[in-house]
Amino acid sequence: MHIPDGYLSPQTYVPLYGAAAIFWAAALKKIKGSLHQKHVPYLAMAAAFSFLIQMFNIPIPGGSTGHAVGGAIIALLLGPWTAVIAVSVVLIIQALIFGDGGITAIGANCFNMAVVMPFISYWTFRLVRGNSDSQKRTGIAAFAAGYVGLVAAAVVTAVQFGIQPLIAQGADGRPLYAPYPLEVAVPVMALEHLLLLGVIEGVVTYLLLKHFIKNEPSLVYALRKKDGEARS
Amino acid sequence: MTKFQKRLVTGLVVMALLTPLGIVLPMIAGSEDAWGEWGSETLQKLLGYLPEGFKKIADLWKAPLPDYNMGGDGAGIGTQVVSYIVSGLLGIILVVLVIFVIMKFVVKK
Repeated sequence: MHIPDGYLSPQTYVPLYGAAAIFWAAALKKIKGSLHQKHVPYLAMAAAFSFLIQMFNIPIPGGSTGHAVGGAIIALLLGPWTAVIAVSVVLIIQALIFGDGGITAIGANCFNMAVVMPFISYWTFRLVRGNSDSQKRTGIAAFAAGYVGLVAAAVVTAVQFGIQPLIAQGADGRPLYAPYPLEVAVPVMALEHLLLLGVIEGVVTYLLLKHFIKNEPSLVYALRKKDGEARS
Repeated sequence: MTKFQKRLVTGLVVMALLTPLGIVLPMIAGSEDAWGEWGSETLQKLLGYLPEGFKKIADLWKAPLPDYNMGGDGAGIGTQVVSYIVSGLLGIILVVLVIFVIMKFVVKK
C-alpha cells in the first residue's frame, strides 16, 4: 500500500500532502491536551510495532504481496489522533531511510494508512461494540476495526492509483503516472485486502486488544472514552 | 519501566528477529512486489513502456538502505536475511527516537 514515487501526479500528491499536514497539526494539538507522559513509552512501542509488522510481507495468490499496518490496534489503544502520529512517523522513516513509499507520496501514504485507517478502525470499533460490555462483542468489534480499517485504506489508495490515467495523459494518450484505471486498481486492491490482509489485520487487532484488556485495561483508549472518564 | 512494558519490549525484539519471514515466505511462494509498487524494470515489462511522468519522478530519492537490503540487487538470501533484521532493529530505534523527541516538545510534564 506504499505508493512509490512516480505513480501519483503532482495534482494528486500535493493536495494529499496538504491533507496529511492538516491532520498532523491537529493530531499534535490533540495530543498536547490529552496524552499523559506515562503513555509516551506506549506510543513509542506502538510505532515500533507498526514498523515491524509492516515488514512481514505475506504472499498473495496471484504473485503479489501485502502486509498488515497495525494502525487499528494503535487507534484502539491510544486513540486515533495518537495513531496518526505513530503511523506517520513510521511511514516517513520508511520512505526516507528504506525507500519504502515515495518521497513525493509521503502525504498520500500518511493520509491513507495514518489517517483514514486509524479513524475508520476506531469508528468501526465504537459502532460494532456499541454500549455493550460483553467480551464477545468487544472481540468482534476489535476484529472488525482491523478488517474494515485496512480495507478502507486499501480502497482509498486504489482510488488514488486509479484516477491517475484520468487526470494525466501524454500527447499520445498514454498515462503519465500510475497506468491502471479505477476499474482495475480498485477491485485488485480491495480483493487482496478483503480476502487476506484485512483478516490478518483483524486477527492481530483482536489478539492484542485482548492481551491489553487482560494486562493493562486502564490504558485502552477505546474502552476508557465510552465510560466518560477523564482521558488524562 | 513496568513489568508489562518490559514484556512488550521483549515481544518487539522477538518480532524484529522474525522479520525475515517477510522475505522468505514470498520467495517460497514466488510472489513479488505488492500491487502498484513495481520498480522501473517490472513496470516496463508490464506495460511495454515507462510512463513519461513516472520516469521523471521515480528516482528522485536515493534512500540509504533501499528495500531494507544492504546487499543491493544481486544480494544472496543470507545477506537479505541479515539486512532485514538489521533494518528492523534500526527502524524501531529510529522510530522510538523520533517519537520521544516529538513528544518532548508536545507532552506536558
